[in-house]
Amino acid sequence: MAKIRIIARLDVKGTNLIKGVHLEGLRVVGNPNQHAIQYYQEGADEILYMDVVASLYGRNNLTEVVRKTAKDLFIPITVGGGIRTVEDATEILRSGADKVAVNTAATKRPELLSELSRRLGSQCIVLSIEAKKIRDGKWEAYTDNGRERTGLDVIEWAVRGSELGAGEILLTSIDKEGTNKNFDLQLIKAVTENVDIPVIASGGMGSTDHFVDAVNESDATAVAMADVIHFNKISLNEIRNAALDAGINVRKL
Amino acid sequence: MTNKVTVVDYGVGNLFSVRGAVEHLEADVIMGSKSDDICEADRLLLPGVGAFADAMDDMRQRGLIEPVLEFCKKGRPLLGICLGMQMLFERSEEFGNHEGIGLVEGAVVAIPDTGSDGSKHRIPHVGWNELVKSEGANWRGSILNGIDEMSSMYFVHSFMASPSDASHCLAECHYNGRAISAVIQKDNIMGCQFHPEKSAEPGLMIVKEFLSL
Repeated sequence: MAKIRIIARLDVKGTNLIKGVHLEGLRVVGNPNQHAIQYYQEGADEILYMDVVASLYGRNNLTEVVRKTAKDLFIPITVGGGIRTVEDATEILRSGADKVAVNTAATKRPELLSELSRRLGSQCIVLSIEAKKIRDGKWEAYTDNGRERTGLDVIEWAVRGSELGAGEILLTSIDKEGTNKNFDLQLIKAVTENVDIPVIASGGMGSTDHFVDAVNESDATAVAMADVIHFNKISLNEIRNAALDAGINVRKL
Repeated sequence: MTNKVTVVDYGVGNLFSVRGAVEHLEADVIMGSKSDDICEADRLLLPGVGAFADAMDDMRQRGLIEPVLEFCKKGRPLLGICLGMQMLFERSEEFGNHEGIGLVEGAVVAIPDTGSDGSKHRIPHVGWNELVKSEGANWRGSILNGIDEMSSMYFVHSFMASPSDASHCLAECHYNGRAISAVIQKDNIMGCQFHPEKSAEPGLMIVKEFLSL
Protein backbone atom coordinates (compact mmCIF):
# COMPACT_ATOMS: atom_id res chain seq x y z
CA MET A 1 0.00 0.00 0.00
CA ALA A 2 1.00 3.61 -0.31
CA LYS A 3 2.49 5.03 2.83
CA ILE A 4 0.51 7.16 5.23
CA ARG A 5 1.46 10.76 4.52
CA ILE A 6 2.46 13.32 7.08
CA ILE A 7 1.27 16.65 5.72
CA ALA A 8 2.30 20.07 6.99
CA ARG A 9 -0.64 22.44 6.62
CA LEU A 10 0.10 26.13 6.28
CA ASP A 11 -2.81 28.56 6.34
CA VAL A 12 -1.76 31.80 4.73
CA LYS A 13 -3.25 35.27 4.82
CA GLY A 14 -1.54 37.76 2.54
CA THR A 15 2.14 37.03 3.00
CA ASN A 16 1.86 35.60 6.50
CA LEU A 17 1.55 32.12 7.87
CA ILE A 18 -1.34 32.32 10.32
CA LYS A 19 -3.16 30.02 12.66
CA GLY A 20 -6.52 30.18 14.33
CA VAL A 21 -8.83 28.12 16.45
CA HIS A 22 -11.92 26.62 14.84
CA LEU A 23 -10.58 28.34 11.68
CA GLU A 24 -11.11 31.73 13.37
CA GLY A 25 -9.21 34.18 15.57
CA LEU A 26 -6.23 34.15 13.27
CA ARG A 27 -2.81 35.07 14.52
CA VAL A 28 0.44 35.51 12.66
CA VAL A 29 2.95 32.68 13.02
CA GLY A 30 5.65 33.71 10.59
CA ASN A 31 6.90 33.46 7.05
CA PRO A 32 5.24 30.65 5.08
CA ASN A 33 8.28 29.95 2.88
CA GLN A 34 10.62 29.56 5.82
CA HIS A 35 8.24 27.22 7.57
CA ALA A 36 7.62 25.17 4.42
CA ILE A 37 11.33 24.72 3.77
CA GLN A 38 11.93 23.81 7.40
CA TYR A 39 9.18 21.15 7.22
CA TYR A 40 10.65 19.80 3.99
CA GLN A 41 14.06 19.49 5.62
CA GLU A 42 12.49 17.80 8.64
CA GLY A 43 10.90 15.19 6.41
CA ALA A 44 7.31 16.29 5.75
CA ASP A 45 5.78 14.15 3.00
CA GLU A 46 3.75 16.98 1.55
CA ILE A 47 2.97 20.67 2.00
CA LEU A 48 -0.54 22.07 2.01
CA TYR A 49 -1.00 25.79 1.49
CA MET A 50 -4.40 27.32 2.10
CA ASP A 51 -5.15 30.94 1.28
CA VAL A 52 -7.68 31.55 4.02
CA VAL A 53 -9.04 34.82 2.70
CA ALA A 54 -9.01 33.96 -1.00
CA SER A 55 -12.71 33.18 -1.29
CA LEU A 56 -13.52 36.47 0.38
CA TYR A 57 -11.59 38.41 -2.26
CA GLY A 58 -12.39 36.00 -5.08
CA ARG A 59 -8.80 35.20 -5.90
CA ASN A 60 -5.90 33.14 -4.72
CA ASN A 61 -2.87 35.14 -3.67
CA LEU A 62 -0.54 32.25 -3.24
CA THR A 63 1.09 31.99 -6.65
CA GLU A 64 4.06 34.10 -5.54
CA VAL A 65 4.44 32.21 -2.26
CA VAL A 66 4.24 28.89 -4.10
CA ARG A 67 6.68 29.98 -6.77
CA LYS A 68 9.23 30.91 -4.13
CA THR A 69 8.71 27.74 -2.10
CA ALA A 70 8.72 25.34 -5.04
CA LYS A 71 12.25 26.38 -5.95
CA ASP A 72 13.81 24.74 -2.94
CA LEU A 73 11.31 22.15 -1.95
CA PHE A 74 11.07 18.81 -3.71
CA ILE A 75 7.94 17.25 -2.28
CA PRO A 76 4.33 17.69 -3.43
CA ILE A 77 2.58 20.97 -2.78
CA THR A 78 -1.19 21.31 -2.63
CA VAL A 79 -2.71 24.77 -2.84
CA GLY A 80 -6.25 25.81 -1.99
CA GLY A 81 -8.32 28.94 -1.66
CA GLY A 82 -10.31 30.94 -4.17
CA ILE A 83 -10.02 28.52 -7.09
CA ARG A 84 -13.13 28.95 -9.22
CA THR A 85 -12.20 27.91 -12.74
CA VAL A 86 -9.96 25.59 -14.71
CA GLU A 87 -7.86 28.68 -15.53
CA ASP A 88 -7.39 29.51 -11.84
CA ALA A 89 -6.27 25.94 -11.19
CA THR A 90 -3.93 25.92 -14.18
CA GLU A 91 -2.25 29.10 -12.98
CA ILE A 92 -1.68 27.63 -9.54
CA LEU A 93 -0.24 24.43 -11.03
CA ARG A 94 2.02 26.43 -13.30
CA SER A 95 3.39 28.32 -10.33
CA GLY A 96 4.70 25.06 -8.88
CA ALA A 97 1.78 23.39 -7.11
CA ASP A 98 1.05 19.74 -7.79
CA LYS A 99 -2.55 19.68 -6.66
CA VAL A 100 -5.30 22.19 -6.11
CA ALA A 101 -7.89 22.10 -3.34
CA VAL A 102 -11.35 23.50 -3.98
CA ASN A 103 -14.18 24.16 -1.58
CA THR A 104 -16.46 27.20 -2.00
CA ALA A 105 -16.66 27.22 -5.79
CA ALA A 106 -17.39 23.49 -5.89
CA THR A 107 -20.21 23.76 -3.37
CA LYS A 108 -21.78 26.47 -5.53
CA ARG A 109 -21.18 24.68 -8.81
CA PRO A 110 -20.31 21.00 -8.32
CA GLU A 111 -19.64 20.49 -12.06
CA LEU A 112 -16.42 22.43 -11.49
CA LEU A 113 -14.99 19.20 -10.07
CA SER A 114 -15.71 17.37 -13.34
CA GLU A 115 -14.27 20.18 -15.43
CA LEU A 116 -11.11 20.26 -13.33
CA SER A 117 -10.59 16.51 -13.33
CA ARG A 118 -11.37 16.16 -17.03
CA ARG A 119 -8.82 18.82 -17.90
CA LEU A 120 -6.15 18.38 -15.24
CA GLY A 121 -6.69 14.80 -14.11
CA SER A 122 -8.50 13.79 -10.95
CA GLN A 123 -5.18 13.01 -9.26
CA CYS A 124 -4.52 16.71 -8.80
CA ILE A 125 -7.99 17.73 -7.63
CA VAL A 126 -8.54 17.79 -3.89
CA LEU A 127 -12.02 18.46 -2.57
CA SER A 128 -11.67 20.44 0.64
CA ILE A 129 -14.55 19.93 3.05
CA GLU A 130 -14.95 21.94 6.24
CA ALA A 131 -17.22 19.87 8.45
CA LYS A 132 -19.23 21.05 11.42
CA LYS A 133 -20.99 18.55 13.58
CA ILE A 134 -24.76 18.95 13.81
CA ARG A 135 -25.46 15.86 15.88
CA ASP A 136 -24.05 12.37 16.29
CA GLY A 137 -23.29 10.93 12.88
CA LYS A 138 -24.26 14.10 11.00
CA TRP A 139 -22.09 16.96 9.79
CA GLU A 140 -22.72 19.96 7.58
CA ALA A 141 -20.23 21.28 5.01
CA TYR A 142 -19.15 24.90 5.49
CA THR A 143 -17.09 27.28 3.38
CA ASP A 144 -15.01 30.41 3.93
CA ASN A 145 -13.18 29.03 6.95
CA GLY A 146 -16.24 27.82 8.71
CA ARG A 147 -18.17 31.06 8.23
CA GLU A 148 -20.71 30.09 5.60
CA ARG A 149 -23.14 27.21 5.72
CA THR A 150 -23.88 25.25 2.56
CA GLY A 151 -26.73 23.03 3.70
CA LEU A 152 -24.77 20.09 2.28
CA ASP A 153 -24.47 16.89 4.27
CA VAL A 154 -20.75 16.10 4.55
CA ILE A 155 -21.01 12.39 3.75
CA GLU A 156 -23.29 12.94 0.76
CA TRP A 157 -21.10 15.77 -0.49
CA ALA A 158 -17.95 13.66 -0.13
CA VAL A 159 -19.53 10.83 -2.12
CA ARG A 160 -20.85 13.19 -4.79
CA GLY A 161 -17.51 15.00 -5.01
CA SER A 162 -15.63 11.75 -5.53
CA GLU A 163 -18.11 10.71 -8.24
CA LEU A 164 -17.66 14.06 -9.96
CA GLY A 165 -13.93 13.55 -10.19
CA ALA A 166 -12.19 14.70 -7.02
CA GLY A 167 -9.07 12.60 -6.49
CA GLU A 168 -8.71 13.21 -2.79
CA ILE A 169 -10.63 14.70 0.09
CA LEU A 170 -9.17 17.10 2.61
CA LEU A 171 -11.48 16.73 5.56
CA THR A 172 -11.21 19.46 8.19
CA SER A 173 -13.23 19.37 11.36
CA ILE A 174 -14.19 22.94 12.26
CA ASP A 175 -15.08 21.79 15.77
CA LYS A 176 -11.64 20.32 16.39
CA GLU A 177 -9.47 22.64 14.33
CA GLY A 178 -6.85 24.46 16.38
CA THR A 179 -7.92 22.80 19.63
CA ASN A 180 -5.21 20.09 19.82
CA LYS A 181 -7.92 17.88 21.30
CA ASN A 182 -7.71 15.05 18.77
CA PHE A 183 -9.36 14.59 15.40
CA ASP A 184 -13.07 14.05 14.97
CA LEU A 185 -12.48 10.34 14.48
CA GLN A 186 -16.16 9.63 13.96
CA LEU A 187 -16.24 12.12 11.10
CA ILE A 188 -13.13 10.76 9.40
CA LYS A 189 -14.39 7.24 9.82
CA ALA A 190 -17.77 8.07 8.33
CA VAL A 191 -16.19 9.68 5.26
CA THR A 192 -13.47 7.07 4.66
CA GLU A 193 -16.09 4.31 4.83
CA ASN A 194 -18.19 5.98 2.17
CA VAL A 195 -15.65 7.04 -0.46
CA ASP A 196 -12.98 5.10 -2.36
CA ILE A 197 -10.59 8.01 -2.80
CA PRO A 198 -7.86 8.97 -0.32
CA VAL A 199 -8.92 11.08 2.66
CA ILE A 200 -6.66 13.52 4.49
CA ALA A 201 -7.63 13.98 8.13
CA SER A 202 -7.25 17.55 9.31
CA GLY A 203 -8.07 19.51 12.44
CA GLY A 204 -7.36 18.66 16.02
CA MET A 205 -3.96 17.04 16.22
CA GLY A 206 -2.29 17.66 19.56
CA SER A 207 -0.11 14.62 20.16
CA THR A 208 1.54 11.73 18.39
CA ASP A 209 -1.19 9.46 19.80
CA HIS A 210 -3.74 11.46 17.85
CA PHE A 211 -1.84 10.70 14.66
CA VAL A 212 -1.86 6.99 15.45
CA ASP A 213 -5.58 7.09 16.29
CA ALA A 214 -6.49 8.89 13.08
CA VAL A 215 -4.78 6.23 11.01
CA ASN A 216 -5.72 3.14 13.00
CA GLU A 217 -9.29 4.01 13.84
CA SER A 218 -10.42 5.85 10.75
CA ASP A 219 -8.55 4.64 7.68
CA ALA A 220 -7.27 8.12 6.80
CA THR A 221 -4.54 7.87 4.16
CA ALA A 222 -2.89 11.08 5.21
CA VAL A 223 -2.86 13.35 8.21
CA ALA A 224 -2.51 17.12 8.06
CA MET A 225 -1.18 19.10 10.98
CA ALA A 226 -0.61 22.76 11.63
CA ASP A 227 -0.10 24.37 15.01
CA VAL A 228 1.54 21.37 16.70
CA ILE A 229 4.40 21.86 14.28
CA HIS A 230 4.15 25.64 13.82
CA PHE A 231 4.58 26.20 17.54
CA ASN A 232 7.18 23.42 17.94
CA LYS A 233 4.96 21.38 20.20
CA ILE A 234 5.98 18.19 18.42
CA SER A 235 8.57 17.74 15.69
CA LEU A 236 7.83 15.94 12.44
CA ASN A 237 10.52 13.48 13.39
CA GLU A 238 8.79 12.62 16.65
CA ILE A 239 5.55 12.07 14.77
CA ARG A 240 7.23 9.83 12.20
CA ASN A 241 9.01 7.79 14.84
CA ALA A 242 5.87 7.41 16.94
CA ALA A 243 4.02 6.21 13.83
CA LEU A 244 6.76 3.71 13.00
CA ASP A 245 6.75 2.46 16.59
CA ALA A 246 3.00 1.95 16.33
CA GLY A 247 3.51 -0.14 13.20
CA ILE A 248 2.13 2.49 10.83
CA ASN A 249 3.54 2.43 7.33
CA VAL A 250 5.06 5.89 6.98
CA ARG A 251 8.03 6.85 4.86
CA LYS A 252 11.34 5.92 6.45
CA LEU A 253 13.94 8.64 6.15
CA MET B 1 27.46 15.56 -23.68
CA THR B 2 26.69 18.88 -22.10
CA ASN B 3 24.79 19.29 -18.90
CA LYS B 4 21.76 20.68 -20.71
CA VAL B 5 18.19 19.49 -20.74
CA THR B 6 15.22 20.58 -22.79
CA VAL B 7 11.83 20.35 -21.11
CA VAL B 8 8.99 19.82 -23.58
CA ASP B 9 6.51 22.65 -23.01
CA TYR B 10 3.16 21.74 -24.52
CA GLY B 11 0.99 24.00 -22.42
CA VAL B 12 -0.04 21.70 -19.62
CA GLY B 13 1.79 20.12 -16.78
CA ASN B 14 3.77 21.27 -13.88
CA LEU B 15 6.84 22.55 -15.69
CA PHE B 16 7.93 24.70 -12.81
CA SER B 17 8.81 21.82 -10.50
CA VAL B 18 10.72 19.89 -13.12
CA ARG B 19 12.60 23.01 -14.04
CA GLY B 20 13.27 23.78 -10.39
CA ALA B 21 14.72 20.34 -9.76
CA VAL B 22 17.01 20.53 -12.77
CA GLU B 23 18.19 24.02 -11.83
CA HIS B 24 18.75 22.89 -8.25
CA LEU B 25 21.14 20.30 -9.73
CA GLU B 26 22.90 23.14 -11.51
CA ALA B 27 22.09 22.04 -15.03
CA ASP B 28 20.87 24.34 -17.81
CA VAL B 29 17.21 24.13 -18.68
CA ILE B 30 15.68 25.08 -22.00
CA MET B 31 11.91 25.23 -22.26
CA GLY B 32 11.14 23.65 -25.61
CA SER B 33 7.88 24.63 -27.25
CA LYS B 34 9.06 24.53 -30.86
CA SER B 35 10.02 21.75 -33.18
CA ASP B 36 13.65 22.87 -33.50
CA ASP B 37 14.14 23.15 -29.73
CA ILE B 38 13.21 19.52 -29.42
CA CYS B 39 14.98 18.06 -32.46
CA GLU B 40 18.22 19.75 -31.45
CA ALA B 41 18.06 18.95 -27.72
CA ASP B 42 20.89 17.16 -25.94
CA ARG B 43 18.44 15.38 -23.70
CA LEU B 44 14.73 15.66 -23.39
CA LEU B 45 12.38 15.71 -20.44
CA LEU B 46 8.68 15.12 -21.09
CA PRO B 47 6.66 16.13 -18.04
CA GLY B 48 2.94 15.81 -17.59
CA VAL B 49 0.02 15.99 -15.28
CA GLY B 50 -3.57 15.77 -16.32
CA ALA B 51 -5.60 13.80 -18.76
CA PHE B 52 -3.94 11.66 -21.42
CA ALA B 53 -6.16 12.67 -24.35
CA ASP B 54 -5.82 16.39 -23.68
CA ALA B 55 -2.07 16.19 -23.33
CA MET B 56 -1.76 14.24 -26.61
CA ASP B 57 -4.04 16.78 -28.33
CA ASP B 58 -1.85 19.60 -27.09
CA MET B 59 1.28 17.82 -28.32
CA ARG B 60 -0.36 17.23 -31.69
CA GLN B 61 -1.69 20.77 -32.10
CA ARG B 62 1.72 22.19 -31.35
CA GLY B 63 3.32 19.81 -33.82
CA LEU B 64 5.60 18.33 -31.16
CA ILE B 65 5.11 14.60 -31.70
CA GLU B 66 7.20 14.33 -34.87
CA PRO B 67 10.09 16.28 -33.30
CA VAL B 68 10.08 13.95 -30.29
CA LEU B 69 10.25 10.92 -32.59
CA GLU B 70 12.97 12.63 -34.59
CA PHE B 71 14.93 13.38 -31.40
CA CYS B 72 14.75 9.77 -30.23
CA LYS B 73 16.19 8.45 -33.51
CA LYS B 74 19.44 10.17 -32.57
CA GLY B 75 19.77 7.91 -29.57
CA ARG B 76 19.85 10.77 -27.09
CA PRO B 77 18.19 10.30 -23.69
CA LEU B 78 14.51 11.01 -23.18
CA LEU B 79 12.80 10.84 -19.80
CA GLY B 80 9.02 10.96 -19.46
CA ILE B 81 7.58 11.74 -16.04
CA CYS B 82 4.19 10.52 -14.83
CA LEU B 83 1.76 11.29 -17.67
CA GLY B 84 4.87 12.04 -19.75
CA MET B 85 5.94 8.42 -19.30
CA GLN B 86 2.47 7.15 -20.12
CA MET B 87 2.44 9.16 -23.35
CA LEU B 88 5.49 7.24 -24.57
CA PHE B 89 3.32 4.14 -24.96
CA GLU B 90 1.17 3.17 -27.93
CA ARG B 91 -2.22 3.88 -26.43
CA SER B 92 -4.21 4.66 -23.30
CA GLU B 93 -7.59 3.57 -22.05
CA GLU B 94 -8.11 6.71 -19.96
CA PHE B 95 -11.57 8.18 -20.77
CA GLY B 96 -11.87 6.13 -23.99
CA ASN B 97 -9.14 4.84 -26.25
CA HIS B 98 -6.40 7.22 -27.28
CA GLU B 99 -3.27 6.94 -29.32
CA GLY B 100 0.03 7.73 -27.63
CA ILE B 101 3.43 8.70 -29.04
CA GLY B 102 4.17 5.02 -29.50
CA LEU B 103 7.87 4.84 -28.65
CA VAL B 104 7.40 1.95 -26.23
CA GLU B 105 5.18 -1.06 -26.93
CA GLY B 106 2.27 -1.44 -24.59
CA ALA B 107 -0.79 0.33 -23.26
CA VAL B 108 -1.83 2.55 -20.39
CA VAL B 109 -4.60 0.93 -18.38
CA ALA B 110 -6.54 1.67 -15.21
CA ILE B 111 -4.99 0.55 -11.92
CA PRO B 112 -7.20 -2.38 -10.82
CA ASP B 113 -9.75 -1.04 -8.33
CA THR B 114 -9.14 -3.89 -5.93
CA GLY B 115 -6.00 -5.14 -4.24
CA SER B 116 -4.69 -8.63 -5.03
CA ASP B 117 -6.92 -10.03 -2.26
CA GLY B 118 -10.00 -8.76 -4.10
CA SER B 119 -10.90 -6.06 -1.59
CA LYS B 120 -11.54 -2.52 -2.83
CA HIS B 121 -8.74 -0.04 -2.49
CA ARG B 122 -8.45 3.69 -2.96
CA ILE B 123 -7.86 5.11 -6.42
CA PRO B 124 -5.97 7.31 -7.33
CA HIS B 125 -2.81 5.77 -5.98
CA VAL B 126 -1.50 8.80 -4.11
CA GLY B 127 1.52 8.87 -1.90
CA TRP B 128 4.97 7.48 -1.27
CA ASN B 129 5.69 3.95 -2.32
CA GLU B 130 8.80 1.80 -2.49
CA LEU B 131 10.73 0.88 -5.61
CA VAL B 132 11.21 -2.82 -6.18
CA LYS B 133 13.60 -4.16 -8.78
CA SER B 134 11.77 -5.82 -11.68
CA GLU B 135 12.72 -9.39 -12.42
CA GLY B 136 15.99 -9.56 -14.31
CA ALA B 137 16.44 -5.78 -14.28
CA ASN B 138 19.83 -4.22 -13.90
CA TRP B 139 19.87 -0.71 -12.47
CA ARG B 140 23.55 -0.07 -13.10
CA GLY B 141 24.07 2.46 -15.83
CA SER B 142 20.39 3.39 -15.73
CA ILE B 143 18.74 6.37 -14.07
CA LEU B 144 18.36 4.15 -11.00
CA ASN B 145 22.11 3.80 -10.69
CA GLY B 146 23.02 4.21 -7.02
CA ILE B 147 19.40 4.21 -5.80
CA ASP B 148 18.70 1.87 -2.90
CA GLU B 149 16.04 -0.68 -3.50
CA MET B 150 12.93 0.12 -1.40
CA SER B 151 13.58 3.85 -1.68
CA SER B 152 10.28 5.72 -1.45
CA MET B 153 9.06 7.85 -4.34
CA TYR B 154 5.98 10.02 -4.68
CA PHE B 155 3.23 8.62 -6.92
CA VAL B 156 -0.05 10.21 -7.91
CA HIS B 157 -2.00 8.50 -10.69
CA SER B 158 -5.08 6.46 -11.55
CA PHE B 159 -3.69 4.79 -14.68
CA MET B 160 -0.55 2.78 -15.19
CA ALA B 161 1.65 1.68 -18.05
CA SER B 162 1.67 -1.93 -19.02
CA PRO B 163 4.70 -2.60 -21.26
CA SER B 164 4.25 -5.50 -23.72
CA ASP B 165 7.86 -6.47 -23.17
CA ALA B 166 8.44 -7.09 -19.46
CA SER B 167 12.15 -6.45 -19.88
CA HIS B 168 11.34 -2.76 -20.45
CA CYS B 169 10.37 -2.50 -16.79
CA LEU B 170 13.28 -1.62 -14.50
CA ALA B 171 11.33 -1.07 -11.30
CA GLU B 172 7.85 -1.47 -10.00
CA CYS B 173 5.96 -0.63 -6.86
CA HIS B 174 3.24 -2.61 -5.16
CA TYR B 175 -0.12 -1.15 -4.31
CA ASN B 176 -1.99 -3.62 -2.11
CA GLY B 177 -0.41 -6.44 -4.02
CA ARG B 178 -0.92 -4.93 -7.48
CA ALA B 179 2.33 -4.42 -9.36
CA ILE B 180 2.62 -1.01 -11.00
CA SER B 181 5.44 -0.19 -13.44
CA ALA B 182 7.43 2.56 -11.80
CA VAL B 183 10.46 2.95 -14.07
CA ILE B 184 10.65 1.83 -17.68
CA GLN B 185 13.45 1.91 -20.18
CA LYS B 186 13.74 0.94 -23.81
CA ASP B 187 17.21 1.86 -25.04
CA ASN B 188 17.47 5.66 -24.79
CA ILE B 189 13.80 6.08 -23.89
CA MET B 190 13.00 6.17 -20.17
CA GLY B 191 10.08 6.93 -17.94
CA CYS B 192 9.16 7.32 -14.28
CA GLN B 193 5.57 6.89 -13.17
CA PHE B 194 6.35 8.71 -9.94
CA HIS B 195 7.57 12.29 -9.72
CA PRO B 196 11.33 12.25 -9.11
CA GLU B 197 11.20 16.05 -8.83
CA LYS B 198 8.78 15.61 -5.91
CA SER B 199 10.42 12.65 -4.21
CA ALA B 200 12.87 14.54 -2.02
CA GLU B 201 16.56 13.55 -2.09
CA PRO B 202 16.24 10.07 -3.67
CA GLY B 203 14.15 11.58 -6.46
CA LEU B 204 16.70 14.28 -7.13
CA MET B 205 19.36 11.57 -7.41
CA ILE B 206 17.40 10.03 -10.27
CA VAL B 207 17.19 13.37 -12.08
CA LYS B 208 20.93 13.76 -11.50
CA GLU B 209 21.63 10.36 -13.04
CA PHE B 210 19.53 11.31 -16.04
CA LEU B 211 21.54 14.50 -16.45
CA SER B 212 24.76 12.48 -16.51
CA LEU B 213 23.63 10.02 -19.21
